[in-house]
Amino acid sequence: MSGYQTGIIVLLALNTIAAYGVYLPMSAGQLNLGIAGFMAIGAYAAAYLTNACGWPPSAAIGAGGATAAILAFAVAMPMLRTQGIYLSLATFALGQVISAIFLNLDIVGGAAGYPVATHIEASVVVSAATLVVSLVWLMSTTRLTVYFAAVKNDPLVADLLGLNVKALGVAALTVGAGIAGVGGALYAHYFNYIEAQYFGVMLSTYTVLYVLLGGTQSVWGPLVGAAIFTLVPEALRSSSQWRYAIFALFIIVFMALRPQGLLTRGLSRQRTQARAQSGSTNS
Amino acid sequence: MTMLLSIQSLSKTFGGLEVVRDLSFDVPDGTATALIGPNGAGKTTVFNLISGVYPVTSGSIRMCGVDIVDLPSRHRIGRGIARSFQNIRLIPRLSVIDNLLIGQHVKLKRPLDVLRPFRFARDHEWIRAAKAELSAFGLSQYADEPVGLLPYGVRKRVDLIRAILSSPSLLMLDEPAAGLNASETRELHRHLDILRERGTTLLIIEHDMHFIRSICEQIVVLNFGCKIAEGPFDQVRTDQQVREAYLGTERAT
Ligand SMILES: Nc1ncnc2c1ncn2[C@@H]1O[C@H](COP(=O)(O)OP(=O)(O)O)[C@@H](O)[C@H]1O
Ligand SMILES: [Mg+2]
Repeated sequence: MSGYQTGIIVLLALNTIAAYGVYLPMSAGQLNLGIAGFMAIGAYAAAYLTNACGWPPSAAIGAGGATAAILAFAVAMPMLRTQGIYLSLATFALGQVISAIFLNLDIVGGAAGYPVATHIEASVVVSAATLVVSLVWLMSTTRLTVYFAAVKNDPLVADLLGLNVKALGVAALTVGAGIAGVGGALYAHYFNYIEAQYFGVMLSTYTVLYVLLGGTQSVWGPLVGAAIFTLVPEALRSSSQWRYAIFALFIIVFMALRPQGLLTRGLSRQRTQARAQSGSTNS
Repeated sequence: MTMLLSIQSLSKTFGGLEVVRDLSFDVPDGTATALIGPNGAGKTTVFNLISGVYPVTSGSIRMCGVDIVDLPSRHRIGRGIARSFQNIRLIPRLSVIDNLLIGQHVKLKRPLDVLRPFRFARDHEWIRAAKAELSAFGLSQYADEPVGLLPYGVRKRVDLIRAILSSPSLLMLDEPAAGLNASETRELHRHLDILRERGTTLLIIEHDMHFIRSICEQIVVLNFGCKIAEGPFDQVRTDQQVREAYLGTERAT
């Protein structure tokens, strides 16, 4: 496999991980516009642990995810007092603040960026992405996914049915941040260099777009969205700049025609129904 | 007769507006009670106070003798209080079964049940329990359909089954027959008959008097937040104040 192809696969893996970091809170009704901030926490924390403390990369990457999750847990209670657009603004602001802090934190290089000494192979990044997708898929076979949907759909009814709406919201935000933190930590150790500016608004916005394009109703939506957003622009790279404009236009038209995203529950349901009908004709 | 629910001197004000005023009534165990009154009388507010959507301004709500006014809303379903909503509030894009799973939540035994990947199990007990209730009410064929695509009358009854899956001792129904056609109303009636046979106590807000007469032993009439009459159907129907309350609103609308 050429270095170029490996690079694209790693990019796809990293984008996929970030997309699931956005997907989890979104499935509970929270639009997190500060996911890049949580990736930055994971990246810097893990890089510091390998650089300065001599941790092995796997432990440092796990710790990076845990650090992002702990921060999210700490801010979740005050943040989740807000809802809807105000919650999104709060996450947006948090992402900006985190990025600004790392920009001025000299112990990790400040504005000059932070070189990371330990390198991980592409296979590690891809394995980690596979693990994240598997875990989220496993979660989709539990009650938790249905409960997130209940909280998103109607928090009052969810509460009256006995669900702990606050705790579910905190869990969704925290687990999403942990996943994003792992993504950031992997990025740091694959590219061996991080700078605060990279973890900015664009990264957060693109990640949200992957999820919206792929669809939030199916657990595979973020994967498909990340794949399209990673592969199509690469395919267009060698062609004229106009192709990018056409891709952007395609996204706009697509979202207008199919606001629920590419993958929906309906798709899989139609198949089950077809099966059920063919099964019940002889009864 | 033992009282399942006992409401005493209940009041609720919304920014100076007294919506429920010094209301007292009892719901005996194993019976069906109707709560009627003109639009805006405060009936839905009474349900919201019982289920804890709003804090009470004053008064007490006793469930099996225990005052629950300070109990957080989330814990009230565990005390046996379940309800349906005036406008159906299911999750439209989820299947009927998935909606019903949420109703089972308070009956889970272990906290970690929430993280159990039960969809791997063929015929898991949770799915079986939900399907059993669906078939008891003749709705098996809708199990895997997204709720949003179902007819109104079926959705109303799915909403009821979701509430029943918590095994409530008191089920509160807010205008269950509203918007149903004649055959859907008959099906709802059968549905409630089954619940009565099981011993579930019902508290029903409803405008359809035939429906109330054939289901409820007792009627409580509200007007402007006050109880103006209480008793068996025929006694309440001939009450002068009740007639005036209803005729008054008819003239006004
Ligand atoms: N959350 C609220 N805030 C302010 N006023 C309310 C609220 N809920 C209900 N009300 C008012 O209380 C009165 C009774 O409403 P409601 O209980 O819904 O009546 P009903 O169910 O008998 O038709 C109405 O005047 C309504 O406007
Ligand atoms: Mg009402």
